[in-house]
Amino acid sequence: MTTPKICGIETEYGILAIGSEMGPIAASSLVVGSYSSGDSSTAWDYSLERPGDDARGFTLDDQFLPEIETQIVNSVLSNGSRYYVDHAHPEVSGPECTNALDVVVYDLAADEIVRRSVRAANSQLPSGAQIVVHKNNSDGKGNSYGAHENYLVSRELPFDRLAALITPHFISRQVILGAGKVGREFPQNRPSLEGFQISQRADFFEEEVGLETTIKRPIVNTRDEPHCDPGSWRRFHVIVGDANMSQAATLVRVGSTQLALALIEEDLIPQHLVVADPVNEIRQVSYDLDFQHKIALDDGRLISALEIQWDLYERSRDAVDRGLDIGSPPHVVALVLDTWEEMLHAVETMSPRANQMIDWVAKRRLVDGYRAKHDLRDGDPRLKAIDLQYHDLRPEKCLASRCGLDQFVSQDDVVQAIDSPPGDTRAFMRGMMMKHFSSDVVSANWDSVVVDVGDEVLKRIDMPSPLRGTRALVASLFTGNPTLREFLRRLEGGVERL
Amino acid sequence: MAERIRKTSPSTHTSEDADVEAAPVAPASGLVAELDDLLSEIDEVLETNAEEFVKNYVQKGGQ
Repeated sequence: MTTPKICGIETEYGILAIGSEMGPIAASSLVVGSYSSGDSSTAWDYSLERPGDDARGFTLDDQFLPEIETQIVNSVLSNGSRYYVDHAHPEVSGPECTNALDVVVYDLAADEIVRRSVRAANSQLPSGAQIVVHKNNSDGKGNSYGAHENYLVSRELPFDRLAALITPHFISRQVILGAGKVGREFPQNRPSLEGFQISQRADFFEEEVGLETTIKRPIVNTRDEPHCDPGSWRRFHVIVGDANMSQAATLVRVGSTQLALALIEEDLIPQHLVVADPVNEIRQVSYDLDFQHKIALDDGRLISALEIQWDLYERSRDAVDRGLDIGSPPHVVALVLDTWEEMLHAVETMSPRANQMIDWVAKRRLVDGYRAKHDLRDGDPRLKAIDLQYHDLRPEKCLASRCGLDQFVSQDDVVQAIDSPPGDTRAFMRGMMMKHFSSDVVSANWDSVVVDVGDEVLKRIDMPSPLRGTRALVASLFTGNPTLREFLRRLEGGVERL
Repeated sequence: MAERIRKTSPSTHTSEDADVEAAPVAPASGLVAELDDLLSEIDEVLETNAEEFVKNYVQKGGQ
């Protein structure tokens, strides 16, 4: 089996305080701090964070000190997520999952957690003031914020090879995964409200490969914080994607990338497909609404984004048929492949199904329809308002929820995921510890939890493997609501559980 | 390019292993929106002062 493609996503939400002088940091802090189910005082343990470690083998720690001053409020939730204020935005970093369908569930749970927090925050504001939150990635003024993905990959895979081979996927996948945007933000100091493009994020990439995430953003990010045994694994940190309102898009965003990474690990992707100018091409693909653009390769050949996607899809389908196992349940892999194929087919033929699966197509239909109905000029702010409101988390304002997008998970599953962790990764251990012992948890990180038993020294519980700490391995430790001391005694009897 | 087989129709996800719960559930009735109805609804819910809303929608850059 290839490295199990443990995965998860982190979303920074756009935030605005209407009728208030509150800035975005204060508003974000109020929102995160108002969430009542979590323990919003749980410290994040930075001692093991290495944001300056570069996957290419050097370190820039001086320039990447943890930005503790902006992380005013931090919660570790009983569903295994981290909920905090990052760079003046509320952010939910979802729990580790084994499969893309679980990521969809926890992504929707994150939206609901933010929605509930905003309602609680607004109830504390004077009348006339209101915080609103959008699940988008740009403000139309040249400012962007991320919806990142993380995947477990083998340390044996050389990073340069990984970066070179995944780049075509990152440039081309937007044709089915882009969330759509009214206007242009390239160059970022001269934003425009005119025109429409496929991706929210494409305007913001300036490098092919690099360590930064907030300036000079790279298409392939090299942050090398594995949050697990660094001798065996990397956490591949993907910053190139859009936050999706379409569940099909979230499913395929994660599922197709899991499969593409597995193909690379298994040497099932040919190395001849090298894009000549990735930074330019990611924008050109985003601007190419009619699929006329051809991407130039290093060897002089030309290929379309759709051709790259069909090729990756077919290689993935064949590999799975031949037994490729990415560690996800087979029915989810089958669902990913079927949905990926259907989205490609729908967008290629612009069939009505594209309106129900693909965010940029659904959004463009609203924008074009509204412009025609009211005879508006290109650049009319009402068209940009439609773009923003597509992502509005307020049910009474959200436009995406009115578009008839396909649904892959039930509301019951989402509600349950708000305070229950996935059972098949170490997120189970973290979530259950928060559920049972939140007042004794001093700090936490992805791979450890520090608790105060009342002794002179604190106790750190290490969780170096994302594949352990599962329901099957640790659920029995929590039966009968043990005290923390009793729980730790049970844990000592089975260190192999973590 | 290799031939494309295994096209699935929109309503059937026929993978042998597919868990019933994993298949898309049909959208609630009326959600498969006709564009005219959708545009009328946008008229109702769009921010009343769209120009002002768009102008004030300024975010600090993040990651």
